[in-house]
Amino acid sequence: MEPILTISNLTKKFGYLTAVKDLTFTINKGNVYGILGPNGSGKSTTLGIVLNVVNKTSGDFKWFDGNVSTHDALKKVGAIIERPNFYPYMSAYQNLKLVCKIKGVDFSRIDEKLEIVGLLDRRDSKFRTYSLGMKQRLAIASALLNDPEILILDEPTNGLDPQGIHQIRKIIKEIAANGTTILLASHLLDEVEKVCSHVVVLRKGERLYSGLVDEMISSHGFFELKTEDEHKLIKILESVNSIGKIKNENGLITAFLTSPMEAAQFNKLMFEKGITLSHIVKRKESLEEQFLQLTKDN
Amino acid sequence: MFRLLNIEYYKLINNKASKVLIIAYFFLLTSIALIAAIKFDIGPIKFHLADQGIFNFPYIWHFNTYVAAIFKFFLLLVIVSMMANEYANKTLKQNLIDGLSKKEFILSKFYTVIAFSLISTVFVFFISLILGLIYSDFDEFGIIFSDLEFLLAFFVKLLGFFSFGLFLGILIKRSAFAVGAMFVWLIVESITKGMLYWKLESSVELIMQFFPLESMSNLINQPGSRLNAVQTVAKQVGEDLTYDYAVHWYEIAIVLGWTAIFIFLSYRLLKKRDL
Repeated sequence: MEPILTISNLTKKFGYLTAVKDLTFTINKGNVYGILGPNGSGKSTTLGIVLNVVNKTSGDFKWFDGNVSTHDALKKVGAIIERPNFYPYMSAYQNLKLVCKIKGVDFSRIDEKLEIVGLLDRRDSKFRTYSLGMKQRLAIASALLNDPEILILDEPTNGLDPQGIHQIRKIIKEIAANGTTILLASHLLDEVEKVCSHVVVLRKGERLYSGLVDEMISSHGFFELKTEDEHKLIKILESVNSIGKIKNENGLITAFLTSPMEAAQFNKLMFEKGITLSHIVKRKESLEEQFLQLTKDN
Repeated sequence: MFRLLNIEYYKLINNKASKVLIIAYFFLLTSIALIAAIKFDIGPIKFHLADQGIFNFPYIWHFNTYVAAIFKFFLLLVIVSMMANEYANKTLKQNLIDGLSKKEFILSKFYTVIAFSLISTVFVFFISLILGLIYSDFDEFGIIFSDLEFLLAFFVKLLGFFSFGLFLGILIKRSAFAVGAMFVWLIVESITKGMLYWKLESSVELIMQFFPLESMSNLINQPGSRLNAVQTVAKQVGEDLTYDYAVHWYEIAIVLGWTAIFIFLSYRLLKKRDL
């Protein structure tokens, strides 16, 4: 696989505080990555370092094959960070034109990108008249101007209303579907879960996990069950080998698996034992549950 | 280089406040010509400033560059705010992320400073040339184009002054405070000068010429006492007004030295800072 960004042993200290500690991971072409971590875990600092706005204390990072300088590499990268930063006195079109001049891109793409984020009809309004959602969408248009090899998004839905969040997610999904490599930093887990295939989990600047989202916790999932005779069900469940922990919440019984078992197989087993289930769902832990467990245990 | 200038020009031209200040500046430079219109005609007393020899070649080069330099504060505001606004709007961060290097960023600002100084100098050259051709008592080619070192001094003076403003803009990140800091520095220099006169009496000039603002003001000395009328009056009173008006190479070297220091420090500051 072709590496786009390689980070090795990266460390950043702000005085006594170590914001990023000995971080190592690689971003490969074509995948959608999530960087997860609670507030203050070093996500934005890490992105700041690779984007040339924060100085590293030690360690190294290289863009692409490492033969281009960081600022030249950034011309092939699209990035938005925390808050959209544009010249308030210029219109959307003028702002994007300036970005084109910096990146060395033709102006003809501006309207096309404004169309993608749905701002074409407001292209001549001053940036300061925009709502937060519109500013954020303009930032995405700006990041897309150079048809980037990788799109870096830092908390793209922060502070937006539900409609805004929905619009941004839709745009991100469309971009991901086109095969663009995406690096998405967020603390909103369902966001990462819906879009990302790979994930890097950070806590206090340290990497806790890096790999596929699906493999984040070795778990076989759990069943959610409902039946008329709860006591009998629980008694039977306790005797089944592949069932571990059992939870009963207001009649919804959750049984955690310790070894793989399909829902149909389980249903058949219950029927044989004389229990008719009115509700059976097999689920895996959501990323949120996995994430909380991961950041708590360590 | 032209790419960077183009980027900076684009930022300025779309900013209404900067545009107004720049236009006001060049309007004021043109208004030097209005001095020519100063005319008192009160019965027997007839006074026409233009006839007093202030527009004579080559004196006009000295006089006009001295007066024009007063208006540099307008451009200082533009330069300080073009730097401080990048911090306030966080567009500096965005520029870097979009692929401008920190070096390119400082260079784009420095090129703009050079451009402003150069355009001002050329502008003053033409205004003076036209005024001189109209009012000067001498119009021999050799006399017209003598003493042109005042224009070079004017250019270097603006360059040093604006670089100082640029540095303060980066250091302090707020336009108003940066301009304030410039005034504070002016006061510091004045107090130092006063203290030196008090303590040392001699050799004050020797030390003071190395201070940034003092060195810039040394480039073009006051032209007033060079006027014929003033000289005549002084002679009658018995005062000797011999004064060194000339532009010296070491004066230019000192200001160029400060320019280099300011730009280098700006770059260092930007490089070391986390945004």
